[in-house]
Amino acid sequence: MSDTLSVSVHRGTSGARFDRFEVPRLPAQTVLDVVTWIQREADPTLAYRFACRVGMCGSCAMTVNGRPRWTCRTRVETAARDGRLTLEPLRNLPVVKDLVVDMAPFFAKWVKAEGVFTPRADLGADFAVVPPASPARAAADAAVECIGCGVCYSACDVVAWQPGYLGPAALNRSWTLVNDVRDGGQVARLAAVASDAGCHACHSHGSCTQHCPKALSPTASIAGLKRAVLRAALRGEA
Amino acid sequence: MMRAHRNHAGWWAALLHRLSGLALAIFLPLHFLALGTALGGADALDRFLDLTASPLVKLAETGLVLALALHLALGLRVLHVEFLPRPESRTRTVVAACFGIGIAVALLFALNLTA
Amino acid sequence: MSAARLFLLQRASAAVLAVAVLVHLATILLAVRGGLTAGEILGRTAGNLAWLAFYLLFVVAAAIHAPIGLRAILREWAGWRGRSCDVAMALFAALLLLLGLRAAWAVYAA
Repeated sequence: MSDTLSVSVHRGTSGARFDRFEVPRLPAQTVLDVVTWIQREADPTLAYRFACRVGMCGSCAMTVNGRPRWTCRTRVETAARDGRLTLEPLRNLPVVKDLVVDMAPFFAKWVKAEGVFTPRADLGADFAVVPPASPARAAADAAVECIGCGVCYSACDVVAWQPGYLGPAALNRSWTLVNDVRDGGQVARLAAVASDAGCHACHSHGSCTQHCPKALSPTASIAGLKRAVLRAALRGEA
Repeated sequence: MMRAHRNHAGWWAALLHRLSGLALAIFLPLHFLALGTALGGADALDRFLDLTASPLVKLAETGLVLALALHLALGLRVLHVEFLPRPESRTRTVVAACFGIGIAVALLFALNLTA
Repeated sequence: MSAARLFLLQRASAAVLAVAVLVHLATILLAVRGGLTAGEILGRTAGNLAWLAFYLLFVVAAAIHAPIGLRAILREWAGWRGRSCDVAMALFAALLLLLGLRAAWAVYAA
């Protein structure tokens, strides 16, 4: 095995320019280590994002050899078995520069999908009692750990094919709120996720579930939304 | 050139489900027209069926049966994923089983053609 | 038609088609042995109300299911969206219904 990696990095915003770097290999190296080495030792003009570097914040998400993943949690020996790495910004989002994307459209869709908690008016002064083992709370808990990293959104082909599609993360978040007994915005939420760009556009490819670094299943959440909308429609509410 | 993020069982299942559906949608009007020849009596339908004697047509028919069986099996999987409250476990196994059923039915058809 | 309504129609017609296609595949596999003739097909379907009812249901379900599926493909892969695509799919549904009902009648009345 060679002691350097051959790394091709997207530069600018055009999608056409890739710069090549030869990066020294180190034991237990992550792709984030590689990008950081490039920026510190080879080209200080390289723009990229990271924060916690320990797999908690999701800031370092980018496309590594064609797959959207967290670079701090991607080992070079796994991702680049033949010693070559291609690094690109996350797919389906506008490129700011090099490996940095604008996350604004991603979060705008969270709002559009009514993925925002609004308390019920009739909760009263006392704490809401929500048993964790209740079916609704269990369903919400299974999906609630999303940290908004954008990997699922980048993996989703329906987002690529239908630019208005709300996407797996936004819909997943809405699902947690549909199951939140303290939330009072259910009518608006079901209407939002039942729109043309809503849950019904999902074809259950499962790329989101396949790539989620927190092992969530937006596919299952979106299926839940489809069932919730159907139930509401059959009850004459939608 | 296959995009790396698509190389997983669920994506192949969705692609083949879509392509088989497309093939069936295109075929269906033709199928109805063929059967409609029976309006001219059994002879008219027989005359049409004579056109289907060539091996190439038999191969195409096998392909259609494959498309139908595959679309059915993969479609049942979609109904399962969407209407069961748990996430699908063992996707690779389920998808492989769907492909297996499709191929088995198509093989059975092809063998019955020679019976 | 709303996305929710299309979804319901698509999945409901799929459930009907699941049963119909199983019957259809079994029939095909049996019928195709020893060669397929008009006499064999019509011997089964001519004057048979049960087969007629089956094929009518089959045709209606297919005429609902196929255009909705095709619509998704056109929207996502051909970029054809909006009213014109919906009208085209409605026309395709009408075509399938017409030709299908005609075919079901043809093998019943022969």
